[in-house]
Amino acid sequence: MNIVVLLKQTPDTESVIRIAGDGKSIVTDDLKWIINPYDEFAVEAALRLKEQHKGTATIVSYGPQRVVESIRTALAMGADKGVLIDDEALQASDVLGVSKALAAAVKELEPDIVLCGHRAVDYDEGQRGAMVAELLGWPHLPLAVALECDGSKAVVDRPVEGGKVSMEADLPAVVTMGGSHAVWSPRYASLPGIMKSKKKPLDVKKLSDLGLDEGECGAEGARLTITALEMPKERAAGRIIEGDDASAKAKELVRALHEEAKVV
Amino acid sequence: MAKPVCVVTELRAGNFRRVSFEVASEGKRLAEALGCGLVAVAAGAGAGEKAPELGQYGVEKVYVADDAALESYLPEAYVPVVAGILEQCDPAAVILPASVDGKDLAARLAARLNTTLAQDCTETSFEDGKIKVRRPVFAGKCFAWCEWSEGALPLFSCRPNVMDCNIPLPDQRAEVESVAVSLPDLRSRVANVELDVSGKVELTEAEIIVSGGRGMKGPENYSMLEELAGLLGAAVGASRAAVDAGWRPHSDQVGQTGKVVTPNLYIAVGISGAIQHLAGMGSSKFIVAVNKDPDAPIFGKADYGVVEDLFNFVPAFTEEVRTLKSSC
Repeated sequence: MNIVVLLKQTPDTESVIRIAGDGKSIVTDDLKWIINPYDEFAVEAALRLKEQHKGTATIVSYGPQRVVESIRTALAMGADKGVLIDDEALQASDVLGVSKALAAAVKELEPDIVLCGHRAVDYDEGQRGAMVAELLGWPHLPLAVALECDGSKAVVDRPVEGGKVSMEADLPAVVTMGGSHAVWSPRYASLPGIMKSKKKPLDVKKLSDLGLDEGECGAEGARLTITALEMPKERAAGRIIEGDDASAKAKELVRALHEEAKVV
Repeated sequence: MAKPVCVVTELRAGNFRRVSFEVASEGKRLAEALGCGLVAVAAGAGAGEKAPELGQYGVEKVYVADDAALESYLPEAYVPVVAGILEQCDPAAVILPASVDGKDLAARLAARLNTTLAQDCTETSFEDGKIKVRRPVFAGKCFAWCEWSEGALPLFSCRPNVMDCNIPLPDQRAEVESVAVSLPDLRSRVANVELDVSGKVELTEAEIIVSGGRGMKGPENYSMLEELAGLLGAAVGASRAAVDAGWRPHSDQVGQTGKVVTPNLYIAVGISGAIQHLAGMGSSKFIVAVNKDPDAPIFGKADYGVVEDLFNFVPAFTEEVRTLKSSC
C-alpha cells in the first residue's frame, strides 16, 4: 500500500506568541518547532497501515529548511521517505495555494491513501485535507478518531455535535485526523530509527518541479491575506472570593454570579 | 440587481440547528451593510418543510435541496449540491456555521469555488467597500483580521455561540425554491449515525460549562460535577490531564488540542490552567476557578477565584445553586 502523510511544522503549543513589527505576522526567532500534533497522529495511523498492509509511507511537507527536522522525525518514527516543497513563493501564499502545491506533489506519488491532521495548531484553518481531496477529485473522510482500512476502502468514526458518525470511502481517498494523544498514542522514534532516518531519501522540490508557478501558489495567487494580528483583549482582573469556609464562599459565589455577572 | 449574501444552513432531522439562525442573523447584518438581499441554502432530508422559517431572521429566499441521500453530511455529496446552488445565486459573500460539518463543508467548497475560506470567524465588518473578518489563530492566543483579494469570493464560517441571533419576526416567511438534486457517482458513504438523544448539552454550544481537571482525582468524582451541571443546565468538560488519564472521553476535552468553547460561564474545577487549556476557554464571558493551590495559573484568567478544596466546595456550591433555583 502506498501511503502519503501531509505534515506541517508548527510552533510548539507551549509557545508564547508575539506579534512581529509588521503587525501581521508572528515573531519566529525563538520558537520551538514541532510536527503539528494532528499530523503526528496521521504519521502514526500511516505506520499502522504500513504494518498491516506492507508498503511505503511518504511524508510530504512544505516550508523552509527547518522543516527537514520534522520530516526526519517522522522518518525516524518509521516513514520511508520525505518530500519537502521548499519554495520562497509559498511563504506568501494562502492555504489554497499551499493545497495546490501539496496536491501536485501527491499526484506524482500516486498513493492509495493520504492522511493528514484535520487542522494545524498554528493558523487553525482546518482546510488543507479537504482542499487537497477536492483538488485531487477524491472523496475525503474528515476528523477521524478511529480508522480501519482493508486495502480497498477506509472506514472512520468521527465525532459530531451530540454523537458520532461512521463514514467510509473507496480508495484512493484522503482521511483527516482528529482525536488526541490519548486516542492515537503516536510512537516515539527509537534510537535505531533515528540512525536509519538520516539515510532515508528526502527530495526537495520547487514549485516549478511540480509544474506550478508563483502566480498560482505565491502571493499573487493568494485569495485571503492577514492584514493585521491583534492580541486578545485583556480580561479585567478578577477577585478571590472571601469567606470563613467552603460554605460561606459558596454562598458568596452564587450571589456574585446571580447579582453581578447575572449568568446564573 | 446586487448580488445577495448567501448563508448555508445546517439541519438535523429536518430542523434547523441554532447555528443556522446565528449565520442567518450575521448574514442579515452583512446584507444591510452591503445594501443587498439575503438568501439561504438548506440541504438535507426534509429540508423543505421548515425552510420558510428562515424568513424570521431576514432571509428572503431559501434554495432547498431536499433528498434522502443528503440525510447525513457527506462531503462528496454536499459539495457539488451546494456549489451548484451557489453558482446559480451568484453571491457577494457566503457564510457557513463553523460547526463540525460546517467547517469541513466550507473548506472543500472553497477549493471547489477556487477561493480561500476564513475559518471560525468571531467578528465581521464592512469597511472601504471590503468585507473583513476576524478570526482566532494559535488557539486564540491572537486574532487575525483577514481580507479577500479583488475578484475572490468572500467565504467564511462563523464560530457557534458568538454571533448574536436577531430577534425572530414571527410573521416573516422566506420564499422557497426547490432545487433538483443530482448527485455524481459517489465513492464514499455514511455507514452509521449514533446521536445522543439524552438531551445532553453539547460543549461547543453550551451557555454554561462545568469542567474538571487533574484535581478531580478519578472518574467516579465527576458525578459531583454532573449533578451541578444538571442544576445549571450546563455541559460537563474536562482538561487534557483528565482525558489522558482515561477519566473522561476526548469529546469532553477543552483546550488547544480539544474543543474551543465560548460559554457565558465556565467553571474550572481542579484545573491548574495550562496555557493550552486557557486557549480553549479563554473567550468565556465569565470564568470561575476552584483550586486549592493559590498559585494555580488559572486564577490569573478567572473573574472569580475560590481557593478551596474542591471536594468541600463543589457540594456546598451545588446546594447554594439548588437553593437559588428553587427560589426563582
